[in-house]
Amino acid sequence: MTTSRKHDAGGLPGDFAIWIFIFAELLVFGVFFLAYAFSRANNVELFNESQLHLNRIAGAANTVVLLTSSYFVVRAVAAIRADNARRCGHWLLSAIGMGSVFLVIKMFEFGEKFSAGISLSTNTFFMFYLSLTFFHFMHVILGIVILAAVLLKARSGGYSAANHTGVETGASYWHMVDLVWLILFPLVYVIH
Amino acid sequence: MQYSSQAVAKPYFIAAIGLFIGQILFGLIIGTQYVIGDFLFPEIPFNVARMVHTNLLIVWLLFGFMGAAYYLVPEEAERELFSPKLAIAMFWIFLVAGALTIVGYLAVPYATLAAATGNDLLPTMGREFLEQPTITKIGIVVVALAFLYNIGMTIITGRKTVINIVLLTGLTGLAVFFLFSFYNPINLVLDKMFWWWVVHLWVEGVWELIMGAILAFVLIRLTGVDREVIEKWLYVIIAMALITGIIGTGHHYYWIGTPEYWQWWGSIFSALEPIPFFMMTVFAFTMVNRRRKEHPNKAATLWALGCAVMAFLGAGVWGFLHTLAPVNFYTHGSQITAAHGHMAFYGAYVLIVITMISYAWPHLHHKAPAANGRAQLFEMWSFWIMTISIVFITLFLTGAGILQVYLQRVSDTPLPFMVVQDKIALFYWLRLWTGVIFFVGLCLYVYSFFAKDNKSLASS
Repeated sequence: MTTSRKHDAGGLPGDFAIWIFIFAELLVFGVFFLAYAFSRANNVELFNESQLHLNRIAGAANTVVLLTSSYFVVRAVAAIRADNARRCGHWLLSAIGMGSVFLVIKMFEFGEKFSAGISLSTNTFFMFYLSLTFFHFMHVILGIVILAAVLLKARSGGYSAANHTGVETGASYWHMVDLVWLILFPLVYVIH
Repeated sequence: MQYSSQAVAKPYFIAAIGLFIGQILFGLIIGTQYVIGDFLFPEIPFNVARMVHTNLLIVWLLFGFMGAAYYLVPEEAERELFSPKLAIAMFWIFLVAGALTIVGYLAVPYATLAAATGNDLLPTMGREFLEQPTITKIGIVVVALAFLYNIGMTIITGRKTVINIVLLTGLTGLAVFFLFSFYNPINLVLDKMFWWWVVHLWVEGVWELIMGAILAFVLIRLTGVDREVIEKWLYVIIAMALITGIIGTGHHYYWIGTPEYWQWWGSIFSALEPIPFFMMTVFAFTMVNRRRKEHPNKAATLWALGCAVMAFLGAGVWGFLHTLAPVNFYTHGSQITAAHGHMAFYGAYVLIVITMISYAWPHLHHKAPAANGRAQLFEMWSFWIMTISIVFITLFLTGAGILQVYLQRVSDTPLPFMVVQDKIALFYWLRLWTGVIFFVGLCLYVYSFFAKDNKSLASS
C-alpha cells in the first residue's frame, strides 16, 4: 500500500536509502565526467586521436544491451504490480542475462586494449577511458548482484502487488547504471 | 548499565584519559621545541617527543574504542560480554606493553631500542606512526585478536543489530589493515604505498565505521529516536565513507612514485570524502531535533553534536583544502597538513571517544543516567575550551602553512626551509599558547569527573 501511495504522490520508487546511494554515485561519475571534459578541452587533439582506437561497435552493442536490460527490469516491476511474481522473476533473470552479456562484451574490449599494450599510463585519454569504463563495469557487477538478490526473494514469494519496494529499489539502481552508460558512451566513444 | 560485564569498559576509559593527558603534555613539549629549538635537548629530542605525542594519541584512541566496544556491544547484543576476564587481562597487557614502549622511546636512543628488540629479525620500525618495536606490534595483534574474539563471540551469540555489525566490521578492518605494518618492502615507493594502507585506511576508512556506530549508539540512547531511522542513516553514511575513502587513498599517491593516474583517482574520490562527514553532521542534528525525550545527560549531547561538526570541519573541509592534486603539489608535507591533522583527529576521533565516555561514565560510576549538574557544567566548559583552542591551533597552523607554501614553494624567489620557519615563528608561538589553553580545558575535563554537586558541597 505504501508503495502505491508513493506513486500517486509522485514520490521516489523503492527504498529511500537507495536514492541517496544513487545520487552519491551519480555525483562521483558527474565529477569524473567534468574532469574528463576539462582535460579534453586542454588536449583536444590527443583525445580525438586516441578516441579513434576505441571499438565503437562494441560500445554501441553494449548500449543496446543495457537499454534492453532496463526494459526487462521495467517489465519485471510491471509484472509484480500485476501480482505476477513468477513473470517478475523471468524478467529479472532476462535483465541479469543482458547485464552479463554487457560484461562479456566489455571484457572482450578490455582484452583488446590490454593486448595492444594500452594501460592507465598510456595517456590522459586512455586513463579516463579505462577508469570510467572500469568503474562502470564494477557497477554493472554490483547491479547484477542486487538484481539477483531481488530475484531470489521474488522466487520465494517475498513480493506482491501490495509490497514490492525491493523490486523497485533494485530497478532504480539498475536504471542508474544504465543512465551512466548512456552518458559515458557518447561522451567517451563518440563525441569528437 | 544493563549488564554487569559492561563495567570492563571503565579501566579502558581511565587509561584513555590518562594517556590523553600524556599526549597533550608531549604536544606542549614539541610545540615549545618549534620555537625554542634546544628546549629539553638532549634529554628529549624533538623526533622522540613527536613520536611519543603521535603514538600516545593512537594508543589512547584504541583504548577508547575498545572501552566503547566493551560498553556498547553487550547492551546492543542483549547479553553479558563473552569473557570479561579476557577483556581485563588484555587491558593490562596492552597498558604494560604501551608503557614499556614509551619508556623505551624516552630511555634509549631509537637505534638502540631497535637493536635491543630484534628489529633486524623482522624489520618493521622507523616509519612514522608505526615506530613501535616489532615485539610491541606483535603484542598489538595479539590484543586485537583477543578483543575481536571477545566482541565477536558476544555479537554472534546475541542480538545482531546494525550498530554491532558495523562496529565489528570497523574493528576487524582496523586489525586487518594493521597487519600491513609488518610489510616493509625495500622499495621506498611500495613502502609508502602500503604504509598508507594502515594510516589512511584506518582514519579515512574503517575508523569512520567505528565512529558512525558509536555515534548511532549514543544518539539512540540520548534522543529515543527509532532505531530503524538511525540505522538507515548509518548504512548510507558508511556506504559513502567507503565509496569515497577507499580509492581516496590515492590522494597520498600523488608524488611518491606511483603512476600519474592516481592524481585523478585520488583527487576525484577524495574530493567527495567530506560528504559522509557532512551527512554525519546532518544526521546528528536531525536526530537531536527529533528527540522524543529529554535525556538528563546534556553534556553527552553536546559532545556528540560537537563531534559531528568538528569532524566535518577538520576531516571534511580542512581535508578538502589540500586534497586536489594541483593544490597538493604545493601544499604537501607543509603546516597545512598539520592543521588538518590536528582538527580532524580531535573532531572525529577524540570527540567520539569522549562522547562515549561522557555517555557511559555516569552509568559505570554513579549507576545513574547522568552526572550531577555541576560536573556536567565543567564538562561543557572543557568542551568549549578544548574545541575553541583546537580551532585556533588549526587556524594558526593554516596561516603558517599558507605563508610557508608561498615563501618556500610558490614565490618567484623561493626561500630555504629554515629561513621560512624563522619567518613564520609568530604562528608557532600563537599555536603554543593556544595549546596551553587546550591543556587547561583538558584539566577541567579531568576535574569534571570529581566535581560534586552544589548540595553535597554545601553539606560538606
